[in-house]
Amino acid sequence: MSRPEDQPTGAGSQGIPGPTDRTAGTSTATGQAATPPPSEDRWREAVRAITTGNGLVALLSVLLAVAIGSLLILVTDDAVRETSGYVFSRPGDFFSAAGQAISGAYGSLFRGSIYNSRGADFASQIRPLTETLKFAGPLIMAGLGVGLTFRAGMFNIGGRGQMLLAGAAAGWVGINVDLPFPLHLAAAVLAGMVAGAFWAGIAGVLKARTGAHEVIVTIMLNYVGFYLVFYALSRQSLLQAPGSINPKSLPMQDSAILPDLLGDRFNLHLGFVLALVAVAVVWWVLNRSALGFRFRAVGANPHAARTAGIDVGRTYVLAMLISGALVGLAGANQILGTATSGVTVDLDAGIGFDAITVALLGRSHPLGILGAGLLFGAFKAGGFSMQASEGIPVDIVLVIQSLIVLFIAAPPLVRAMFRLPAQEAK
Amino acid sequence: MQLALREVTKRFGSLVANDRISLTVEGGEIHCLLGENGAGKSTLMNVLYGLYRADEGQIVLDGEVQSFTGPGDAIAAGIGMVHQHFMLVPVFTVAENVMLGNEETGFAGSLDLEAARERVREISARFGFHVDPDAVVGDLPVGVQQRVEIIKVLSRDAKVLVFDEPTAVLTPQETDELMEIMRELRRSGAAIVFITHKLREVREVADRITVIRRGQVVGEAEPSASNAELAAMMVGRPVELTVSKKEPELGAASLVVEGLTVVDPAGLVQVDDISFEVRDGEILAVAGVQGNGQTELTEALLGLQHHVLGSIRLDGRELVGRKVRDVLDAGVGFVPEDRQVDGLVGSFTIAENLMLDRSFGAPFVRAGSLQLSALQEFAEEKLAQYDVRAPGITTPAGNLSGGNQQKVVVARELSRELRLLVAAQPTRGVDVGSIEFIHSQIVATRDAGVPVIVVSTELDEVVALADRIMVLYRGRVVGIVPADTPRQVLGLMMTGEPPTGDVA
Ligand SMILES: Nc1ncnc2c1ncn2[C@@H]1O[C@H](COP(=O)(O)OP(=O)(O)OP(=O)(O)O)[C@@H](O)[C@H]1O
Ligand SMILES: [Mg+2]
Repeated sequence: MSRPEDQPTGAGSQGIPGPTDRTAGTSTATGQAATPPPSEDRWREAVRAITTGNGLVALLSVLLAVAIGSLLILVTDDAVRETSGYVFSRPGDFFSAAGQAISGAYGSLFRGSIYNSRGADFASQIRPLTETLKFAGPLIMAGLGVGLTFRAGMFNIGGRGQMLLAGAAAGWVGINVDLPFPLHLAAAVLAGMVAGAFWAGIAGVLKARTGAHEVIVTIMLNYVGFYLVFYALSRQSLLQAPGSINPKSLPMQDSAILPDLLGDRFNLHLGFVLALVAVAVVWWVLNRSALGFRFRAVGANPHAARTAGIDVGRTYVLAMLISGALVGLAGANQILGTATSGVTVDLDAGIGFDAITVALLGRSHPLGILGAGLLFGAFKAGGFSMQASEGIPVDIVLVIQSLIVLFIAAPPLVRAMFRLPAQEAK
Repeated sequence: MQLALREVTKRFGSLVANDRISLTVEGGEIHCLLGENGAGKSTLMNVLYGLYRADEGQIVLDGEVQSFTGPGDAIAAGIGMVHQHFMLVPVFTVAENVMLGNEETGFAGSLDLEAARERVREISARFGFHVDPDAVVGDLPVGVQQRVEIIKVLSRDAKVLVFDEPTAVLTPQETDELMEIMRELRRSGAAIVFITHKLREVREVADRITVIRRGQVVGEAEPSASNAELAAMMVGRPVELTVSKKEPELGAASLVVEGLTVVDPAGLVQVDDISFEVRDGEILAVAGVQGNGQTELTEALLGLQHHVLGSIRLDGRELVGRKVRDVLDAGVGFVPEDRQVDGLVGSFTIAENLMLDRSFGAPFVRAGSLQLSALQEFAEEKLAQYDVRAPGITTPAGNLSGGNQQKVVVARELSRELRLLVAAQPTRGVDVGSIEFIHSQIVATRDAGVPVIVVSTELDEVVALADRIMVLYRGRVVGIVPADTPRQVLGLMMTGEPPTGDVA
């Protein structure tokens, strides 16, 4: 029973001339031990860095995007452009015009999204905040769905298709089924969630069974979903309102509508509460449940997860199902709460894609997504009032949102700009 | 060139990884850094290479104080590092890899590949490397890939070379060749820092030895010091270098493998019609040069391989065709050979990693919900029992030193109720003190009446642990021989030569 240390040292002490011909087994040796992980792993690593990066970067990205948004406001503002012509002779004019443009823009953004100091009574002063919450609800729901797939190592780009299918299913129940109030609403919401889960589940199953990349599948399913719903909306036998030639359904029955939270004067409805419940549930699933543990394990290292007896394919399918159900909840929220006048192919209102940004900004953490959803809800609510009161194109807000994504996806850029120390890594 | 580190201190939060470490390496000298897992060797080298910034202290090259903001500065100053995990692009050729990051461009930004080829040829010739500049890196054996890394470093005129555990993934023969290369580099006047846990290698090439423990230099050792002395200095206590194990108490042949054949996804037969048995209370060591089917054999035992023929019966139940989870539930413990890829989730905490293969039921999951207090208690206990050097159970496993990561994997697998233990390279990258501990745990598992399979490319480990030795060559069993078979014979068997005389 000897150990290395008891042996005479020297090059040949183990007396093992290696095999002269290494064709048989070397490929495995190299593959296992030495070559950097295959490109898929690197892609996954990058995705992980982008989707779960650190909070400071998220915050700085927002600030930077807002700063660049300010520049755009300056460039597009007429008064600023005029005064810039004689900026050297009368710089004061230029700076006061610039100051006015920016404070006007962000002032109206604030008044449109949080508190309108010019409102006649308390209700109209506080109304913008309720609008923000109304817009934030579905963003949070769908953002949770997308964030959940990020944590499991996947992308769900199919929010649009899932929301459309969910909206159509929830709408169909909301129009055609006769049930008393809470039951009808519950059935409609459930139908939406099931439809969303089904649509996302297709991508999950295809990935698990055939290895088809979920990004491509979910994008394609957006188109399929769109035309499917469009078709249903042009058939009287399916969803189209009787006697109509427009691709639109009948309005929801009252018994299927999400009730208003603050009475008739506000648009805020029960959907926001559902969003908060979803935050709590997803938080629990990810951090306290065995299922979430497996999601995170598969997302962070599928090799180790598989070796530990976790069925990676099954986990992908489950993650996609739950993700789709959450996105479907957002779809149901739209048709049963925000746009109850009938199903159309515009019912997703861009939320399916904004949800990706929300999940990124929230770093795939439920509470982060809550915050990011509220911020984007405020952008939505405020963007319109900015356009209305200051004549600033609402696109500025879209540019700010897009820049946020850009900066989050390029943390090294943000780090360099703010001279943060490079992340220490082995 | 002379390298001096002066009072270098590096902290990670409250943990002091390097505590005022001073070190001098002269040109033409091989300076070995010895120290237990988590002593701070890699951290120190990462500071030197500009990957980490020291909290205090200086890096001095030929009397000039340096301030590195990244590896770029360190490379420019003449420092080169051969990483344990190679930083090569597998689809590029050798010349392209060598050129990468240091591209010489000609007219209108066109790459001057010919210059890079010439550089590879020149360096290869100087050091006798025999590397073809046009070979695709992904096709090369590990040892040659490592040489490409060395060429890459040398092509940037590095005068200080750092080797951080370069031999952990090499075959004994490749190791010997690397030693020769290091001697050659020494002759050319380079200052070399060499980190390894294998004392044999230290004594073979070291000119000077510095021992680090818990972030501090505890002293210098002479290359002539005995292994026991070196080990004691590293660990701070006398280390038992031989496994003490009593005669096996053999039980029934619980694991029976018959006609096992494994075909990899590329259609190559990696394990070719293998049959063997392991009895309760017995350690069967699988020896062989890396890449002769050991990986596939262990993966087949676990249900991780897809194309498996033949049969594997544990306690009379067939394991072939069953899911990994069913195999684990049947009581199979598995220490995978690559802990970072298959054994751990780097971003998970130590505690989470300790329950990685137990997320389906008691004691850590009840009614689908994690039992965090049970997990915490368990993790605290294992951390202490296995002497994992970490700030706490919530430390991400990826932040642990290599050896401590290994201890986490071993702790997880050995703390289940086992009916079979499969351990592949259980002590790769582990310091002598921890080798002692892991070996004793494996022997204790055997003594509890569990059949054990240990796969190791270290002949020393094989001989130390085995009750019987099975040698694999090109996916076939060359022979199954008693543990006291002479090393000479084992060495020959590893090249495919069947043993003469009686076979166990
Ligand atoms: N990025 C990091 N964040 C926090 N702690 C770290 C980090 N990197 C290393 N450490 C800690 O610093 C200590 C020294 O680690 P280091 O990797 O330098 O050890 P080592 O001597 O190379 O050990 P080994 O022989 O096992 O490779 C360890 O306790 C480790 O957990
Ligand atoms: Mg190390």
